Order: sequence, then structure tokens, then C-alpha cells
Amino acid sequence: MRLVHNEAQGGWVLLAPERVFKADAIAAEIIRRCTGEVTFGEIVDDLAKSYAAPREKILADVSALLRGLADKRLLEL
Amino acid sequence: MLHKPLGLLAELTHRCPLGCPYCSNPLALDAREDELDTATWLRVFREAAELGVLQVHLSGGEPGARRDLVDIAAGARAAGLYSNLITSAVGVTEKTLGALAEAGLDHVQISIQDSEARSADHIAGYEGAFARKRALAAAVVRHKLPLTVNAVVHRANPDRIGEMVDLALALGARRIEIAHVQYYGWALKNRAALMPSRDQVERAAAAVAQLRARHHGGIVIDAVVPDYYARYPKPCVGGWGRRSLNVTPAGKVLPCHAAESIAGLQFWNVREHSLADIWANSPAFAAFRGTAWMKEPCASCPRRDLDFGGCRCQAFALTGDASATDPVCHLAPDHARVAELAAVQTDAAYAYRRM
Repeated sequence: MRLVHNEAQGGWVLLAPERVFKADAIAAEIIRRCTGEVTFGEIVDDLAKSYAAPREKILADVSALLRGLADKRLLEL
Repeated sequence: MLHKPLGLLAELTHRCPLGCPYCSNPLALDAREDELDTATWLRVFREAAELGVLQVHLSGGEPGARRDLVDIAAGARAAGLYSNLITSAVGVTEKTLGALAEAGLDHVQISIQDSEARSADHIAGYEGAFARKRALAAAVVRHKLPLTVNAVVHRANPDRIGEMVDLALALGARRIEIAHVQYYGWALKNRAALMPSRDQVERAAAAVAQLRARHHGGIVIDAVVPDYYARYPKPCVGGWGRRSLNVTPAGKVLPCHAAESIAGLQFWNVREHSLADIWANSPAFAAFRGTAWMKEPCASCPRRDLDFGGCRCQAFALTGDASATDPVCHLAPDHARVAELAAVQTDAAYAYRRM
């Protein structure tokens, strides 16, 4: 799975076999942080520091996105 | 309105060691001496990326037959494209796979012809193919590349879909595509030997539904509908000249892999035109873009922007008119023809795909 910014397509896209997902700015920020070297908790902490939303909301959004991608076998948690 | 293409099917060669009777390549296969060279493919990838293409499928024939495959994969990465290798596994060594991984290949898709060796090798017309597929799948996983298994389904194997899913899981695939045969090229030639019965198709659909529920989160199961038994047609290639393009080994650019079967279309070649020029101006691409070419019932159908009237190549093959409604649609004037053709099922030997 690759996250790329593509001018011709108008923004961030997530590339996977036979699928292209348009990623909004929030999804892009979450996925950018999935380096394989940080924990789930560290991703949430980093986002909470960078954005003004409550930690529980960020935790819920990150869980929903990453669980969805893991179910599609595009990501390992 | 001119869309930007998302996907490029790069048919690097028509050479292939296997002889699968369901192959969608045309009967007139491109000769080796007519193949595009490495530099031309790299230019095509750069032009594709500029045009908006995001994904390239390295295919054929058997892409592993190209000695420059690693350079080609590196060129796809350099152009910023997500690359998918579509292979039979016969012709790709572990050493080459390692080099491909290092060159930036993103994904590998390996075909399987059945869940067990004897039947699989018989369908492929190549003894030992099954074992090679297992070995390469293991290598793909060892090199940490994501793996999709493409399981081709037709009359000889639809009751083993569950076993094929188990095999894909055992091989470490994240995704399996249950690919019911579509009838183009060699598959069309072998249609009577490949066509499943309606019962088989219905049992297969039920099996897929159960397997999806059982394997949710474990493996993604995609299924291509066998449209001879459908009510509505498939939105073929996401619409003519709308989402994807195909470059043949000799450099012709096609709106879909079977388009050369439609009489009277004029195709342009990457040796003479840029990809952007071909996408926007090639007569073949203009022929069925949008909806102005449609006849009734498609022209005023509320589904016309959903399925685009189905498949032009199929309409041509079954009715002689590429502008006709795809006869698989139950609203098509020629719909009864499809049931007649589907009923023709013989035990004839396969006409194996050979150059």
C-alpha cells in the first residue's frame, strides 16, 4: 500500500492492488505516521500533540481507519 | 468530458510458457521481434504518470519472459507508478524476484488454475506449473511483497473455490480474486469447453458469499461475475477510454485488451504518438467514449452512466455491432442469444494457447 500525493488526481491517494482510495487530509496524516516503527499509542499521541482535538476522538478516528485498512489486508496492526 | 486514466496494463510480451485455454490475449499474438524495447517502455511509464495514471500492471503473456523485467520495474518506480507484476510464476526465478523487490516492485499477483496439481497443470498445459507457483508465492512472502492469488474459474473447477481460498491462505496471500472466465481471445475460442452451467455459477456465488463471511479480515475475496448469467452487464474497463488503457507488446494502445477484435477501429502506436495524444485523440479511443454513440435502450437508460451499456467487444462478438447493447443485459434486443450460447457446453479438448 502506498500513500502518494498526485497533482493530476487532485490530492492524496492510497494505492493498493486493484484499488485506489482518495485520502482526505486527516487520513493522509494518520497513514503518513504508519512507518512500521511506531506503536499505535505513539501515533495517537503524536496526532494529539499536532491537532487540537480531544485524544478520545483522535483514538476513535485512528482506530476506525486502521481497523478498516487491516480488514482489507492493506496494513498489519 | 475527458477523464484521466488511473491504470495502465503493460503487456510486455505475448511469449508465455503456459497454454491456458482461457487466455484473453488475441489469437494473433505479437511476435518477439516486434516487442517494444526497454527505453520505450520507460518513456511510456513517464508519459502515463504525467497523464495521471497511478498504477501499472506488468503483464503479457508472461512478463518473466522479458530479460529486462527488472529494469522495467525500476522504470515504473522511477516514474512514480504503483507496480503490480501479473505472472504465472513460470519464468520468474527467486533471484529475479529479489531483484524486482529491490527495484521497487509493489505487488505480485500469481495465477492458479486449480487447487491441486494434476488438474491445474492440465488446464495450464504445462506440467510442473503448480509446483512453480507454490515456490514463487513462498518467495514473494519471504521478500515481504504483498501477494494476490488469481484463481481462474470455469466448468472444470467451480466446486473447488473453497479449496482455492484455502490454498491462497496457505500461500500467504492477502487477497484472492475469483476470476470467472470472460470470453475474449483464446477463451472465446474455447468457450464451449469452458462455459459453466447456471447451477455451477449459482453454487459458486453462494460459496463465495459464505467464504467472505468466514474469512473476513483474513483474506480479501474479490469475485469477477460470469456475465453470461447476469441480468445487467459489467461496466467494462470502467467505461471506454475513461479509467484505463492497455499497451500491447508491439506498442499499440487499446482502450481494452480485446479492442482489436472490433472491426474498423484505428489504433495508434506509442512509437509514433505520445500517450497523452493517443488518450485524447486516437480514433479508437474516441469511438465509444461518453454516451453519444449509444443506441436504445442504452441511450435513455438510467443505468447508462453505471455500466456504460456493458462491453463493446462482447457486443461486437455476439451481434456484429459494437454499438449495440451488450447482449448480457436482459434489456438488450439480442439477450436470448446469450442463453443459447451459454447452453453450448462440450467436452472437446482445449485448444491450448500457443504462439
